[in-house]
Amino acid sequence: MIVFEKPKALADVPLHYCPGCTHGIIHRLVAEVIDELGIEGKTVGVAPVGCSVFAYNYFNCDMIEAAHGRAPAVATGVKRSLPDNIVFTYQGDGDLAAIGTAETVHSAARGENITIIFVNNAIYGMTGGQMAPTTLPGQITQTSPYGRNPEQVGLPVKVCELLSNVDGATYLERVAVNNVKNVKNAKKAIKKAFQNQLEGKGFSLVEVLSTCPTNWGLKPDKALEWLEENMIPYYPLGVYKDKTAEKEGE
Amino acid sequence: MAEKVLMKGNEALAEAAIMAGCRHYFGYPITPQTEIAAYMAKRMPVIGGTFLQAESEIAAINMIYGAAAAGKRAMTSSSSPGIALKSEGISYLAGSDLPALIINVQRGGPGLGGIQPSQSDYFQSTKSAGHGDFKLIVLAPASVQEMVDLTFKGFDLADKYRMPAMLLSDGTMGQMMEPVSLEMGEVKEYDKSSWAACGTKCERKHNVVNSLFIQPEELERYNFERYERYAQIEANEVMYDEYKMEDAEICIVAYGVAARVSQNAIDKAREAGIKVGMIRPITLWPFPKAVLNAAADKVKAFISVELSMGQMIEDVELAIRCKKPVLLCNRVGGMIPTTEDVLNSINKANSVGGDK
Repeated sequence: MIVFEKPKALADVPLHYCPGCTHGIIHRLVAEVIDELGIEGKTVGVAPVGCSVFAYNYFNCDMIEAAHGRAPAVATGVKRSLPDNIVFTYQGDGDLAAIGTAETVHSAARGENITIIFVNNAIYGMTGGQMAPTTLPGQITQTSPYGRNPEQVGLPVKVCELLSNVDGATYLERVAVNNVKNVKNAKKAIKKAFQNQLEGKGFSLVEVLSTCPTNWGLKPDKALEWLEENMIPYYPLGVYKDKTAEKEGE
Repeated sequence: MAEKVLMKGNEALAEAAIMAGCRHYFGYPITPQTEIAAYMAKRMPVIGGTFLQAESEIAAINMIYGAAAAGKRAMTSSSSPGIALKSEGISYLAGSDLPALIINVQRGGPGLGGIQPSQSDYFQSTKSAGHGDFKLIVLAPASVQEMVDLTFKGFDLADKYRMPAMLLSDGTMGQMMEPVSLEMGEVKEYDKSSWAACGTKCERKHNVVNSLFIQPEELERYNFERYERYAQIEANEVMYDEYKMEDAEICIVAYGVAARVSQNAIDKAREAGIKVGMIRPITLWPFPKAVLNAAADKVKAFISVELSMGQMIEDVELAIRCKKPVLLCNRVGGMIPTTEDVLNSINKANSVGGDK
């Protein structure tokens, strides 16, 4: 009996991520969902600029590398061209919630029938740990060396809360991958986000709270604790919008 | 002879794009290209295509990037400041070897500039509309018929060489009405299966559309390969038109609306006995260097007539290796040189080494 194997949608190559980084878990969850839904052959993924820029090497489906922040626009172009295919973006917090804010909000407003996996680790990882739009108040980064000062740079952007006011969005959920229970919930949410697209239900975004041990300056186990103690209170987990449930409830 | 209809330049261009098989248009409102988007908004839903008004020019060009990556013929249109915003996306199209057609109905600049015709995006279009080493095929129509023909040609060249092409028009070409034939022949299909991201069907290795190459050796190799392709284009795809050059002693170089004004001036000058002709580049890149260089051995002077502070003139000087003087005849900011303006320059050029 096979008890553990790599998802087919995940390429058999070493990932470049730092030790303890949770991108690997999230990649795996996305790949498992693609396998379970049997959609690898018709899925097109869009990779961002940031730590997950090389995601195009890791998923076995067709992949496109987008300019920084533009993945939802690129995904829109693909989905409008290939409406029967499944299109997802995989984006970090700088990509999605800073430089790509307009593309995020407007793809949601249009109700684009796409799936967005939004990895929030409260920092710019690839460029060496700068302050992100989701960096917590007081959090020390390379560009907030005295801690994020809300008086000077304002407060973090809460993406699910923000998008929950956008009428066009269908499904928004925030999950985390800091423990087994949360990882299981994360997978359920990601699966739903893909299923929504298969059923033509519109814009789905799953925000995944993730760790960055390297740039947080913490060991992997401590990073998981930090996520639980600091990120989850600021970014509460849960479903922020689910039009599909509303319809079922009617 | 093909039946002709009276059409506005922008609308004729839009219909030509549809006839060329373009079913995916993404744009953002800006004057003076408005009619293109309006036409697409009307026609695309009827023929099962996509018209989408994006939230910005940046988003629009990235939607084009997505549609092109999926293997579809895609087009966006804008005007000068909007093209500046699209530059990032154009560089990504070039870096990922994606075909697409970008329409620039130029207006005056810099900054917000004005909304009247201009040719001040010559550098932006021909030198590099974005970061990095790359070229765009740049086509410059001088009539509504050429708006149609070059749109058709632009899609084909983009697909043939897997690169973005630009139709560099201006407010005059976009707004004026002329009789035009929409007969354009067969649309050539190109096999995109080796690179398009349209789903593997689990029958092949995944295709990756990408412009990131972290190993310098690899990135260098792609740049060299791309420029080998560019060299083929320079060898095979140069287009220009000659007007009364057989006995010309003065050669005007002008494109688009400037060429139309120049043609009138040439006819008037010839009435006065001045032997002047014109070489009109139709491709601004590749630039018709060889024909200009050959002309430099016959004429005594060149005049670059353009709606800019003198941008194409640099390419003229380079093409002729500065063998002969090149005068600039220009108006800017939305102003168009008059026949008189060009005649004055012709007279000036005629006095250059005028003892011939």
